[in-house]
Amino acid sequence: MSSPTEINGAACIAMVGKGCVGIAADTRLGMQAMTVGTDFQKIFKMHDRLYVGLPGLATDVHTISATMRFKLNLFKLREERDIEPKAFSTLISNTLYEKRFAPWFVEPVVAGLDKDGAPFISAMDLIGAECFAKDFVVSGTCPDNMYGMCESMYKPDQEPEALFETLAQCLLSAVDRDAISGWGGIVHIITADGVTSRRLRGRPD
Amino acid sequence: MLACRALTGSGPAEASTAGRLTGVPTGTFTLPSTADPAAFASHHFNVYTGDADGEHRMKFAKGTTTLAFKFKGGVLVAVDSRSTQGPYIASGSVKKVIEINPYLLGTMAGGAADCAFWERNLGVQCRLHELRNRERISVAAASKLLANTLAQYRGYGLSVGTMITGWDKTGPQLYYVDNDGMRLHAKDTSPFFSVGSGSTFAYGVLDSAYRHDMTDEEAVALGKRAIYHATHRDAYSGGINNIYLVKEDGWVKVFSGDVKDLRDAFDAEEAAAAAEGSSSSSSSGAAAAAASTA
Repeated sequence: MSSPTEINGAACIAMVGKGCVGIAADTRLGMQAMTVGTDFQKIFKMHDRLYVGLPGLATDVHTISATMRFKLNLFKLREERDIEPKAFSTLISNTLYEKRFAPWFVEPVVAGLDKDGAPFISAMDLIGAECFAKDFVVSGTCPDNMYGMCESMYKPDQEPEALFETLAQCLLSAVDRDAISGWGGIVHIITADGVTSRRLRGRPD
Repeated sequence: MLACRALTGSGPAEASTAGRLTGVPTGTFTLPSTADPAAFASHHFNVYTGDADGEHRMKFAKGTTTLAFKFKGGVLVAVDSRSTQGPYIASGSVKKVIEINPYLLGTMAGGAADCAFWERNLGVQCRLHELRNRERISVAAASKLLANTLAQYRGYGLSVGTMITGWDKTGPQLYYVDNDGMRLHAKDTSPFFSVGSGSTFAYGVLDSAYRHDMTDEEAVALGKRAIYHATHRDAYSGGINNIYLVKEDGWVKVFSGDVKDLRDAFDAEEAAAAAEGSSSSSSSGAAAAAASTA
């Protein structure tokens, strides 16, 4: 439990649906065994069709989310357009690798729709090794639990409502077997028409 | 066979006939064949040393909140039910109250196997006492049997943090016993104990709400409240809340329920308290304003 990525506790999943993507995370903020907050947001909106989940050390969650917002603002001023999810994933990967020998302790999850409305998800480790998938990616303190749930619950081409249900059940069941994540959650479903965000009421223990 | 040898000599090693007479299985455990078996055992098989890397080496129940208090109506015992291996929740339905016999209860904190084995063993010793003396053992004597047994194995890395409670000739009694041989008696001046990773949170609730003259219903409500808040704050406590009440004619199990079902009641109460707090602070603010204008 001395690993910096496991001090505060987190669970984050991104999943692909039919013309939509979803990203979900728990809301616990802990100091090792002690839960100090149950409404800590670790998913951030980058633009209307792009979200990033930053499970890891809470202080770096804040720093990296602010850093990426800053970089995207500069990008938009120069390019006069929103960044593509694939390019954003590369950007965050390079940002993390800059600190190869003294890393930021976050393991990001990217979820978004590209300019053609095609879903994109990726996840990476704390020094930026990207992992692309067509179905789902997970990150946090209980990846085994989340993979187990996603492997058994995932179906291709789900509509946004079904995708929400799958994500919510995967997240809640995964964190119920992890001592240091949970206490509530949030799910964002990104479609071409907009984003629906719903809070989840998790177990209080 | 080569790796282990039978325990002989001094320390926990008594003659095996002594074990048969006392009920303590001394001389039956094989020890690692090293120069210092106690140091080897406590280094490799200790719950506490497993924290960083060796956590998954063995299956141990660790995170826990258990509490017990004496009050007007007897003794109340309340526990959670979570068992963890590192951050993984191995079980959410562990029975942490051990029913030693119809008049004695023990609680489980630390190593699940150590608590379960030695409290079962205590049950054997208590039964032998009954057969020999034609009367039930006192809680003081029973807790001392366990404390003595644990003292024999001091330094071997056992992990036991237990509360022994029951009702004997002298009335309701409560003792705390742990693996380094400590044995504490709950007195009127300190009528409660709490053991485990969530114990500090439970103590917080008990310190602020405990009264000796509670009714049974109030005592059960206090047990629920303390366990609920401990499971909420402590990541390694949770699951089912089990509550036992020790009365003159033995213990009764009075409650068993998922802590998540206690949530709505406590949330509503907190919201009400917050509303009341804000209205009283605004009124005191008004009083302060009035004072300043005066």
